[in-house]
Amino acid sequence: MNIANRIFDAVIVVILLGLSFVTLYPFWNSLVISFNVGSDTALGGITFWPRVFTLENYQVVFKDERLVQAFFISILRTVVGTFLSITFTAMFAYGLTKKYLIGRKLFMVMCIITMFFTGGLIPTFILIRSLHLIDTFWVLVVPGMIVVWNLIIFRTFFQELPEGLEEAAKIDGCNHIRTFFSIIVPISGPVIATLSLFTAVGLWNDWFTASIYINNPQLVPIQTLLNQIINSNAMSEQLSSAGGEASEFVRKLKGVSTKSLVMATMMVTTLPIIMVYPFLQRFFVKGVLIGSLKE
Amino acid sequence: MQSEFAATPNKKKLYPARKGWFRSYIDQLDLQVMVIPGFLLVLLFSYVPMWGVLMAFQNYNIFSGFLGSEWVGLKHFETFINSPDFYRVMRNTLSISLLKLLFAFPAPIVLALLLNELKGFRFKRFVQTVSYLPHFMSWVIVSSFVISMLSVDNGSINILLQKLGMIDEPINWLSTSDYFWGILVSTGVWKDVGFGAIVYLAAIAGIDPHLYEASSIDGAGRFRQIFSITIPCITPIIIIFLILNIGGILNAGFDDILNLTNNGANTLLRPVSDVIDTYVYRVGILGQRYSYATAVGLFKSVISVVLLVLANFLVRRMGRTGLW
Repeated sequence: MNIANRIFDAVIVVILLGLSFVTLYPFWNSLVISFNVGSDTALGGITFWPRVFTLENYQVVFKDERLVQAFFISILRTVVGTFLSITFTAMFAYGLTKKYLIGRKLFMVMCIITMFFTGGLIPTFILIRSLHLIDTFWVLVVPGMIVVWNLIIFRTFFQELPEGLEEAAKIDGCNHIRTFFSIIVPISGPVIATLSLFTAVGLWNDWFTASIYINNPQLVPIQTLLNQIINSNAMSEQLSSAGGEASEFVRKLKGVSTKSLVMATMMVTTLPIIMVYPFLQRFFVKGVLIGSLKE
Repeated sequence: MQSEFAATPNKKKLYPARKGWFRSYIDQLDLQVMVIPGFLLVLLFSYVPMWGVLMAFQNYNIFSGFLGSEWVGLKHFETFINSPDFYRVMRNTLSISLLKLLFAFPAPIVLALLLNELKGFRFKRFVQTVSYLPHFMSWVIVSSFVISMLSVDNGSINILLQKLGMIDEPINWLSTSDYFWGILVSTGVWKDVGFGAIVYLAAIAGIDPHLYEASSIDGAGRFRQIFSITIPCITPIIIIFLILNIGGILNAGFDDILNLTNNGANTLLRPVSDVIDTYVYRVGILGQRYSYATAVGLFKSVISVVLLVLANFLVRRMGRTGLW
């Protein structure tokens, strides 16, 4: 029995170690490639360590005006977007916890319906177009401001706060807005942190919105730019192995392989998230659980 | 006790006669001010597009708008169903979804069961932290990992397989349609298995430990415990997620497919990668056939809602708790 148990444990540990390796290896491999000289990367075969070490790729990334501008747009979008989204969603959710709110049921039902049924890509596109939001910064922030999932999590959280707090504030003469900002928000740290993390990650990672609504190169966020770079790079690689007349031209291009450069850009793009999320882990596990509760 | 009785006659003073609707609204104006902006945003960005779905029944003309465009009834739906694209798009959508249901849905459950059997707290935490990581990466990044790993001349996968002697020549994974579904599904599992396990782990943590004690006294081994206690105890939550998955069965993927096929530019993969959502994107946004693409999108939404309702109904019929 005891031996069987030991073997059982060992098998599980081996499986999970394997899983961890498979998860981490692509990150490691990309990191290594980003520290390798581009022309050498094109020769292939880089697996665990850089063959010809260099920091040049990162220097190029930080000097490229287009990339720096895209980073700036992404940061601005993430900060402004997260702030607006969390503020308005939380205020909305707070209102919905009050049983005497006129229209409460209607608001709630209409929000929940949108989780299951949406107008779809084209009508949304037409709407954004007729609102003249195309090629503006606001298209990156406003359309997704109210996240119904977050709304429900906020509401569930606010409902469980002790009522006495609000009553005390009311007696002291606070209206709801004042109560919300000076009493509710300060004690809702964990849930605000969690949902801010998710919202920020979502905004930081979204490339699609900009790819259809932004043409002005000054307003393109980093993920969208990265998507464009990777696609042109990958297509040339596939063409080269498909053979044919194009391949000679592509092979020349690959002499100055951009792969290491792309990997460096990717690493810089991903770094903010990798640095933040382990610290917020205990919060978001809780947040996910509140969100998955059935009402 | 006594105070409760004493309070009864005063109730009228505490709750004055019903005010008019308008007066009450003014009284809670501060509350309404907090709610209205959010609600208006939902109306604008979720409900206006729903109304815009009407263009599926029109020959929508961007200059004439909704009111000026000509009504054509179900023409666009017929065109879609009769088009040669229909078979390909539906086959890909359903096959990819079913493959995801078959592999990506149970994967987090299995991971949660494995993690639950771990004794060491620190190792468990390490595995969890690592496995959540890919969930926070964008598909742009993840797909470029995949493209890099699978590349013909640099890819670690080809190098590994060659060293193991399993293949002689490197395989051009992303140019061969045979491998695409496998790549898509395994990448999806890789990205979200850890994060998906959170909910199941929590459900497992909620199981009464006495059940395990009792069963081990009865001589049940750990395998036996997994199948006779852990899995039955988390079945309700599994069912809820299963219903949601069935409702989303036509969401074969969008972000992942688009990135793995270079925004659809990889035409070698199109016969196996074109699903309803990518088709709507290509025909609608890139091809500007707005009405037709909306009709295809609506076709999808309607089937999804029907499936969701149906799955929920069946589950309730079987005596389980559904979504509603």
